[in-house]
Amino acid sequence: MRAMVYRGPYKIRVEEKDIPPIEHPNDAIVRVTTAAICGSDLHLFHGMMPDTRVGMTFGHEFVGVVEQVGSSVQNLKPGDRVMVPFNVYCGTCYFCARGLYSNCHNVNANATAVGGIYGYSHTCGGYDGGQAEYVRVPFADIGPSIIPEWMDEEDAVLLTDALATGYFGAQLGDIVEGDTVVVFGAGPVGLFAAKSAWLMGAGRVIVIDHLEYRLEKARTFAHAETYNFAEYDDIVVEMKKATDYLGADVVIDAVGAEADGNFLQHVTTAKLKLQGGSPIALNWAIDAVRKGGTVSVVGAYGPMFSAVKFGDALNKGLTLRMNQAPVKRQWPRLFEHIRNGYLKPSDIVTHRIPLEHIAEGYHIFSAKLDNCIKPLIIPGAN
Amino acid sequence: MPYTANKPSRARSSDELRAAIPGWGADLDPKDRPSVPKEQFDPGLNGARWDFPERQPEKWPRERSIEHKFLTPVFGTSAPPRGVSGVIRKYSYKKYSEGRAAHWLLLLAADRVDAWEQHLASFGSLSPDNPITETGVLSEFSRHGITSRFGKKRADLNHQWIDPILVGGPWLIAGGLGFAAVRRLARLHRT
Ligand SMILES: NC(=O)c1ccc[n+]([C@@H]2O[C@H](COP(=O)([O-])OP(=O)(O)OC[C@H]3O[C@@H](n4cnc5c(N)ncnc54)[C@H](O)[C@@H]3O)[C@@H](O)[C@H]2O)c1
Ligand SMILES: [Zn+2]
Ligand SMILES: [Zn+2]
Repeated sequence: MRAMVYRGPYKIRVEEKDIPPIEHPNDAIVRVTTAAICGSDLHLFHGMMPDTRVGMTFGHEFVGVVEQVGSSVQNLKPGDRVMVPFNVYCGTCYFCARGLYSNCHNVNANATAVGGIYGYSHTCGGYDGGQAEYVRVPFADIGPSIIPEWMDEEDAVLLTDALATGYFGAQLGDIVEGDTVVVFGAGPVGLFAAKSAWLMGAGRVIVIDHLEYRLEKARTFAHAETYNFAEYDDIVVEMKKATDYLGADVVIDAVGAEADGNFLQHVTTAKLKLQGGSPIALNWAIDAVRKGGTVSVVGAYGPMFSAVKFGDALNKGLTLRMNQAPVKRQWPRLFEHIRNGYLKPSDIVTHRIPLEHIAEGYHIFSAKLDNCIKPLIIPGAN
Repeated sequence: MPYTANKPSRARSSDELRAAIPGWGADLDPKDRPSVPKEQFDPGLNGARWDFPERQPEKWPRERSIEHKFLTPVFGTSAPPRGVSGVIRKYSYKKYSEGRAAHWLLLLAADRVDAWEQHLASFGSLSPDNPITETGVLSEFSRHGITSRFGKKRADLNHQWIDPILVGGPWLIAGGLGFAAVRRLARLHRT
């Protein structure tokens, strides 16, 4: 089969690989029909995540058709069209039994501080991902769902991570009616978080980024007020002014480890790998939220330490909430919202790239060229 | 104003927002949201028919965090450790917990070693690494590399110039050394 393969920082190519075999009775092998590149993949692509091995296939957002199932699989059969949450999880460990699917204890031998994620380094379990023609899906009875007849393939692929994560990020904010919600980052996750904040009754939604074309999307797609932080000397002060000096009730960090806005923080992290993540957006969030407010973090950070302004968080009495999204838990409600026309996830898709050209897809998305917001990957296309 | 007791007055009322934004307030009740409360105990929740999953066969000694009691029943089988990078990785897993910076720093070092081991190995194969195609940098020409960047207030231009140096630099140095070595050999051959 053809599969994307990591060759070292900033380098990937498409190679011929064996179709993955069944390795456990509850495995399925899925033929991928649509995959996507996530902002998280950029952290791997840039060599920031420890134990990212040459030869690994990335990709944790994918949908496809069941090709083969292991002997204990009951809920799926060959030919089923399935959507697969980015979390690999067992369904029955201490954490899964409590709904914390992204924190499963039975699927990641390499680390206890993170669950399993498809195609996301050995630190997240060492599973090959779905930017390929075929992928092994462990616990086929637990994670995947059959794609409902009425759902578009592209909406389904966005439900496997970006939409579920943005919606989860808004929930972590514990938004109450009338709250002012600030979202840092107008990538797919930030756009969906902003849109979801309205569903939860936000009174104002403000989105911050430095990419004008993404802020434009935040205004049209997510009905948000927008600020380009590169236009202001100090975006935190600007947020205080915008809220009559109170600060926002809720701030969502949808930027993560490669945040821009401070040369030293960015370079020590993204280029020199001396921090687990560049905490610029996170620190702005801590400073822009009001005292007693909530900071929701869905932007991803590596396992090493980062220079987070913890004292401000303490002194302001903040609630900090965060996690990798337990994707499937969000699905029933999100399915309803899509059916009701409240959400149309595929509106943010800007590029559809054949698997053979995936290296260019990574570059376009990473360097933010060509007004790219969300690139999909199509195996078998040319 | 935070200097007095009341919340700042809102620009738009809930009714106005409901009329303007599709779905506004559909999840208004904070208790009726899918991830609330955070932990919801329900062991039958996922329809699983096992208490503890069957174990996947271990085909090679699988490295694992020493914070685990045993090898997890299911694990990834991508890219088993190999070469010098494999030795570093196995050492890091065996010796240090996830709580130790040394664990992560060794793994990051192994990643850099791995890349160069594999680049060098590729030169002896039918598919040598090609930093031009593998970085996707040719899309700079087809996807508006210049107009996407300049004349906009982008905050990432102050460091994007570092990437070609970080990524391309070692290749140029390696190429230069290779070229010098070939010239040296040629000269030795002539004399
Ligand atoms: N928690 C989870 O389950 C989960 C799931 C998916 C993605 N993520 C993480 O969410 C983050 C965003 O993902 P994405 O796909 O939207 O990525 P993305 O790269 O498309 O978006 C990030 C955006 O942040 C902007 N940005 C950079 N610095 C900023 C700053 N200081 N302030 C405001 N904006 C800034 C960038 O210009 C970009 O538009 C990533 O870190 C990703 O790893 C987490
Ligand atoms: Zn992701
Ligand atoms: Zn589990």
